Amino acid sequence: MRIDLNGEIVRTQALTLADLLIEQGFEAPCVATALNGDFIARSMRDATRLDDGMKVEVLSPMQGG
Amino acid sequence: MFYGVDLTSRLMLGTAQYPSPAVLLEAIEASGAEIITVSLRREGAAGTAFRNILSESRCRLLPNTAGCHTAREAVTTARMAREVFGTSWIKLEVIGHADTLQPDPFALVEAARVLCAEGFEVFPYTTEDLIVGEKLLEAGCKVLMPWGAPIGSGQGLRNPEGLRTMRAHFTGVPLVVDAGIGAPSQAAQAMEMGLDAILLNTAVAKAVDPATMARAFGRAIQAGRDAFEAGLMPRRDMACASTPVFGLAELA
Repeated sequence: MRIDLNGEIVRTQALTLADLLIEQGFEAPCVATALNGDFIARSMRDATRLDDGMKVEVLSPMQGG
Repeated sequence: MFYGVDLTSRLMLGTAQYPSPAVLLEAIEASGAEIITVSLRREGAAGTAFRNILSESRCRLLPNTAGCHTAREAVTTARMAREVFGTSWIKLEVIGHADTLQPDPFALVEAARVLCAEGFEVFPYTTEDLIVGEKLLEAGCKVLMPWGAPIGSGQGLRNPEGLRTMRAHFTGVPLVVDAGIGAPSQAAQAMEMGLDAILLNTAVAKAVDPATMARAFGRAIQAGRDAFEAGLMPRRDMACASTPVFGLAELA
């Protein structure tokens, strides 16, 4: 299936958000996730299933003002 | 001073736009700041290095919702930030205009209501408008952060009288001037007026020598606060000799 990950279309075998983070090489404890604009808590990633065309944001601590 | 947390320094420092991570750390140290602002972004190459800086700085973190233009985006960003940074503090920014980066007060109040109800401790980036301030307090905010001038403009206090009115109106509410401060003198001016703290970033990050500028801001803010506490003399329209007239010799 194809999903939009941080603004880029990626093909994935992952069925859940937790699997996607592992597949794409993210450090799961250090990132925050959102699916179609809604926050998905760390504890919900296993239970969050992906569907074709979903929009996933994976964000990290960065500099800010 | 803020949500039950007492602080020594009244300067809050942004962490963006520094020439290097080492310079950022020097600037934080030199400023004396105990609170630094951070953001959430798609991870770039410098992500790990930045996480190390956060642990080295020993400062309390204030995550922001910079770049959000709707209440929904800001609320989602705040929830993500609470999980990643492990704090309920959130600098709530909902931008209303791309050129001035001024807050959208309607979306700001809407987002503040949602977040306060979820237990966030919200630091709203707002204007000097008293009614918006009232609505933010009603929503549950216990701090207000009026702008000095548009973000990154370095113009200082564009509307000092408006800020003075805000100070008088919101007795006992911590007020932080956030954005637009370009020089230590401008920060001192705000502190002399009785505002409680200053949040700035660009003026330090874009200085030729950020660490020295950070120290200058830290001192100016302390000087301004001391002056406020000491009580400034009233301003006069006419001169008033400071040396006594009594006992003046007749030499004419």
